[in-house]
Amino acid sequence: MSVTSVKRDPAALTLTIEAQYAAPIERVWALWEDPRLLEQWWGPPTYPATMVDHDLTPGGRVRYYMTGPEGDKARGWWRVLEVNSPRYLSFEDGFADDTGEPMADMPFIIIRVTLSETAAQGTRMVIEGTFPSTETLERYLSMGMEEGITAAVSQIDALL
Amino acid sequence: MVVDTERTDRVFRALADATRRDILLRVMRGESSVSTLASYYPMSFAAVQKHVVVLERARLVTKRKQGREQLVLGESSAIEHAIEQLERYEIEWRERLVRFDEVLQNSLKGRKQ
Repeated sequence: MSVTSVKRDPAALTLTIEAQYAAPIERVWALWEDPRLLEQWWGPPTYPATMVDHDLTPGGRVRYYMTGPEGDKARGWWRVLEVNSPRYLSFEDGFADDTGEPMADMPFIIIRVTLSETAAQGTRMVIEGTFPSTETLERYLSMGMEEGITAAVSQIDALL
Repeated sequence: MVVDTERTDRVFRALADATRRDILLRVMRGESSVSTLASYYPMSFAAVQKHVVVLERARLVTKRKQGREQLVLGESSAIEHAIEQLERYEIEWRERLVRFDEVLQNSLKGRKQ
């Protein structure tokens, strides 16, 4: 397991996850930068992601959809805030409507990704997810709930 | 799942203040009167009283009267509710990072071949 620490800060509505990889920083960064790699891990196995647009420049958009077992599509977007390849990426992450545009009344999460080199060609990745309000957190979770449960079940199946 | 947004908002707002977090920690350990609580902080009884009201509205504490004293007791379920929300987001990221690991391993193997 690559996750080395998790911090929950209920007052700041922030979750911080730290992970360590035995891989050079560029290879870890590639999983964010290359849309074909990103779509292999962003969505759960039952809702695989397809990246439509992937513009990792400040102000750039990432548009994607995740396809469910019934062919249903859950769409999402990122708005890129800051990029400093291969060390830093911050973006807003939200739900999109059927046309791929951000849902007007849906708030978004701010995600900050920081990569740094460690000894022996290793890389540390720190992911910080901040919810602007508790409403975001609860709506996010209630929308993701179904997908989350299906994913968890399929992962248990894989273990049996 | 029934989501009580208004309540969670109150919980987070109540927890955003250092004095209130401290008051909460004390009354989680045991019931305490408002006047006893007031003696711990360099502020007026009324100010501490106000903090207690915020905590009470967020249902983080309960208050009862005993003679002229108001006794405050911590309510553990409310904080658990707030933390529970972040825990669920954490599960999503943990699952995502398991996949991240697999994709990274595959991409490293690909380079060597």
